[in-house]
Amino acid sequence: MADVAARPAELATIWRKLVGARIRADWQYRTSFLLFLVTQFLAAFLDIVVIVVLFTSVDRLAGWSVAEMAFLLGTASLAFGLADVFVSEVEFVAHHIRHGSFDRFLLRPVGPFLLLCGHEFAFRRTGKVLQAVIILAVAVTQVDVDWDVWRVAMVVQMVLTGFVIFGGIWVITSSIAFWAVEVREVANSFTYGGNFVAHYPMEIFGGWLRRLATIVPLAFVSYYPALWVLGREDPNGSPAWLRFAGPLVAGAVVLVARVVWASGIRHYRSTGS
Amino acid sequence: MALIRLENVEREFVIHRREGRVRRRRHVVRAVDGISFDVTAGEIVGYIGPNGAGKSTTIKMLTGILMPTGGTVRVDGLDPQRSRTELAMRIGVVFGQRNQLWWDLPLRDSFELLRHVYRVPAARHAGRLASFVDLLDLGPFMDTPVRQLSLGQKMRGEITAALLHEPSILYLDEPTIGLDVVSKSRVREFLARVNGALGVTVILTTHDLSDVERLCSRLMVIDLGRLVYDGTVDDLKARHGQYRTLVVDLERPNGPLEVAGAEVVRVDGPRQWLRFHRDRTTAAELIAAIARTTPVLDLTVEEPQIEDVIAHLYGAGGTQEPSA
Repeated sequence: MADVAARPAELATIWRKLVGARIRADWQYRTSFLLFLVTQFLAAFLDIVVIVVLFTSVDRLAGWSVAEMAFLLGTASLAFGLADVFVSEVEFVAHHIRHGSFDRFLLRPVGPFLLLCGHEFAFRRTGKVLQAVIILAVAVTQVDVDWDVWRVAMVVQMVLTGFVIFGGIWVITSSIAFWAVEVREVANSFTYGGNFVAHYPMEIFGGWLRRLATIVPLAFVSYYPALWVLGREDPNGSPAWLRFAGPLVAGAVVLVARVVWASGIRHYRSTGS
Repeated sequence: MALIRLENVEREFVIHRREGRVRRRRHVVRAVDGISFDVTAGEIVGYIGPNGAGKSTTIKMLTGILMPTGGTVRVDGLDPQRSRTELAMRIGVVFGQRNQLWWDLPLRDSFELLRHVYRVPAARHAGRLASFVDLLDLGPFMDTPVRQLSLGQKMRGEITAALLHEPSILYLDEPTIGLDVVSKSRVREFLARVNGALGVTVILTTHDLSDVERLCSRLMVIDLGRLVYDGTVDDLKARHGQYRTLVVDLERPNGPLEVAGAEVVRVDGPRQWLRFHRDRTTAAELIAAIARTTPVLDLTVEEPQIEDVIAHLYGAGGTQEPSA
């Protein structure tokens, strides 16, 4: 019938259709859909208020101006927000493995990653992105920087590499679920068996690992490039090339994520969990 | 050439069983233990066995979502474990109640989504869908959200969803489970037509042996991970179902009758069940013998039930019959 491998354009169409279906399905429960959306956007707005209050009460923090801090925060949270919108769905792999519905994703002529991300898309997550865009937009106009093409390009690069790094970390930590059967057994041996769902450590474990794994790449996403954009010296005197190492780190994270995800799928298929 | 070929396929699972509080011992369980068979294009095969016999494990290996630990599997010339996504284009799968339809969306939307996932050209999809709507009478509920469909309607939708991309093989895991009589016969009728008119090779697991009797040209029985029978339904009955049962209604309750060549297997008031080997004696001889001593009001002869025949096979332990 069709070619064996789907072209990128076809994959994009599949993703779009899945996302559309998801939104239409969620829209069936209008009240809950709207409530979720409103609370998410409200939370995002409240975050901004907190930041504004915080920043209006101080002038400088560790030598950084309020606008500079906002710039740092804006780029990082925009990158995170995009990863949250497009990649965080991969977390649901744990849910599907537990409920035996992951098989369905492996029975399609398209990779399970794309199917999962499209299938579990949640429109409400866009709230964080909007919040980040507002913060960044304000920061960009307030910082004392002569904007040129290179600096603008750097900001775009910061957001993109940040998105890739956060997404990669999401994939890596979610992949634990493929081995979670064993993790669960380990947990059971400490808790004398019992209700395995209650002791299922995947979500908590993944969350902590994610937080831990984020700290180092975060430096490359925001801090070092921001130093360059804002024309600041690194107080710790790190080498200048670190400021441009973002894409390198992103590439490495993607590579690791691919390997971990692929071996997770292989493990799943070899254990039949 | 065989469309599906299994050679000495094995599948082991490692299970850690707790012994005491912390100690665990490693157990190796062999779910599939050296299965070989060929399926030719156009066959419709019933794959049956008790729970835990290895049916689902086999099907999972055929689709590439589970790797065998031994032996080789070939489906349509492909190695399912290596070419899983390529194979996905050529197979359709219905796994019992785990649905592939979008729960909250109209049935129609699921079909449209699958069209994109399988990259079927719009016109081609429309034509094929129209014929399924017609065959399975999906029209009245095409615009109903899947969650509101009855079990039978859902199953018809599932089967359609599994066939829209024109696969050459269809796997069904318990396609008629929980369905009422009408839905059951409708699904069966449809599967027969899919097999006959579209030439789709069908492999189905079931607990309902009437599925097998109505549908399948071939029957495979698996028990404890081994194939214990592979042949036609009639052949199975002929080989293992030589016993028939004569049911007689006597005038009044009686002690178990004593007749040469038959054995009373059950007594219920004036009714008695006598089992006999059809090659050693005939029903007529038995009736004559009984009538000589005891007045008989009514009688029937029961053919061997496939359930009994298969129950006989289970646990018989790997005496594989040559295929018919």
